[in-house]
Amino acid sequence: MLADNLRGMIYIGLKDLQAYYLKPPNISWGILFPFAFILAFAIRNPGDLRGLIPGLLALTILFGTSSMEAIVIVFERRIGSLERLLLAPISLPALLAGKLLGGIVFGLSVTLVVLVIVLMVFGATGINWMLLVLALLLSATAFSALGAFVSVAVREVFEAQTLANFIRFPMMFLGGIFVPVTTLPLWLQVMARLLPLTYSVEALQAALSGEVFMAGVVDLAVLLGFTLVLFGLAVRVLAQRLG
Amino acid sequence: MPEAITTSGLTKVYRAGRGKPSLRAVDHLDLIVPEGQVFGFLGPNGAGKTTTIRMLTGLTRPSSGSARILGLDLFSDITRIKKRIGVVLEVSNLYDELSAFDNLMFAMRLYGVSCMERAARAEELLARFRLSDKRDTPFAQLSRGMKRALTIAAALVHRPSLLFLDEPTTGLDVVSARSLRAMIAGLGKEGITVFLTTHYLEEAERLCDHIAIVVNGRVVAQDTVAGLKASVQGEPVVEVTLAGADGEVEIKRVKAGADLAGALRTALDETSAQRVIALNTIRPTLEDVFVKLTGLGVETMLAEKNGKRQGNAG
Repeated sequence: MLADNLRGMIYIGLKDLQAYYLKPPNISWGILFPFAFILAFAIRNPGDLRGLIPGLLALTILFGTSSMEAIVIVFERRIGSLERLLLAPISLPALLAGKLLGGIVFGLSVTLVVLVIVLMVFGATGINWMLLVLALLLSATAFSALGAFVSVAVREVFEAQTLANFIRFPMMFLGGIFVPVTTLPLWLQVMARLLPLTYSVEALQAALSGEVFMAGVVDLAVLLGFTLVLFGLAVRVLAQRLG
Repeated sequence: MPEAITTSGLTKVYRAGRGKPSLRAVDHLDLIVPEGQVFGFLGPNGAGKTTTIRMLTGLTRPSSGSARILGLDLFSDITRIKKRIGVVLEVSNLYDELSAFDNLMFAMRLYGVSCMERAARAEELLARFRLSDKRDTPFAQLSRGMKRALTIAAALVHRPSLLFLDEPTTGLDVVSARSLRAMIAGLGKEGITVFLTTHYLEEAERLCDHIAIVVNGRVVAQDTVAGLKASVQGEPVVEVTLAGADGEVEIKRVKAGADLAGALRTALDETSAQRVIALNTIRPTLEDVFVKLTGLGVETMLAEKNGKRQGNAG
């Protein structure tokens, strides 16, 4: 049973990459959009460009993982192909984990391209690599779970896009990408603490500043918590929808 | 004969929102499907055919009752059941972006077909369903008949013992439907149990060994095709073709009880005909059985079906 689930999860992830993610528009959009956003902010507020790097990476992971993830499940449900997966001898959590895997691999791949460009421009010294890898991985997992939750919570593809943007855009402005969370009014700081992007940006900041591993442990733990809660909710909502 | 499927009191009730009545889609369904046969599951629109398939394949949880599939309990052994069944739902639901070959390969990976076997099995199925020349064509670009055939092929990748086919020929042109029927008949001859729902009674009559007719979620009749026909056969009727002196042909139907000769004489006496040129025994068709048991005309059923399809398309 475990082997069936593991195999199913991997092949669903690979199939999603082949069928949906690895298309030129997705790849170019996944890389260009965060750069364009950060560039616009940098031109408006020229200053320490290095300080924007954690936000750039977090934004790339957020959009790389959740954009397609948020519509894949609802799309497959609409055209009936999700039922093919439901008929396979694997569990519902394994099916959803496979869906997450596609988003995670794609999100990390485009983020890696952005990271390489950033490191070539700004240099690769003073980085806590282990913290960086874990921060990228857990951010991708949490955002992919967020996308999956959005996708199972709605009935139509356009609703998924609307809901995903409704969640992502406020997160972008409150999550510490452009403005440090500590400079926000207290009530906005409280709101920022409820968003996974905040912890992603903080963990990446700690990693890129070369801080000790423990400096990012709480952020990593919170990202893991978001993943588990969002994934659990997605499984539950999908099970309810399937009757 | 061992049973591929047995259900007892299988029921599905869909709960509606507050203040709305719940829908009893399947109501205490008792079914016995013999192994190795093509089993037709017929009924008017909304009779509970698709809901039954969804329950028996693990897509929908029954509200109550029990079922055994291939000797395994539906509730506790669903994963083992899924490994041994193939399912083709009403919609051809493979992946538009993947080629015919890649769709079969993905299905095999999902079902754990060994990697040594996959490519050869995919080529074998493509050849069997006459799709070898479409091997690298994306699913989206195949004709409706080809999509249907490939969807059935994908359900067979893991060599299931039991295949569920929900309306396999609906919406296909005559040639594609005929070709698909030949394939389904071939599956039955191989010993695969086929659970078939269809709105085409001629199709069911031609393909099925056993048939169950379901109305309002309940089985109202279950037997062999011959048994069902016999159940509605009243007094035998003979169609007599008579010819008059001027060559005019007249057709009369007479009840042919114990005294067929007497009935024929009476028929001749009632007309100016001089000789009998043909005698045909009129036997009930599956359509007669269906109309009698459901109270629905076939035209009504097909019209309902078309209405439903148009509604879906909209």
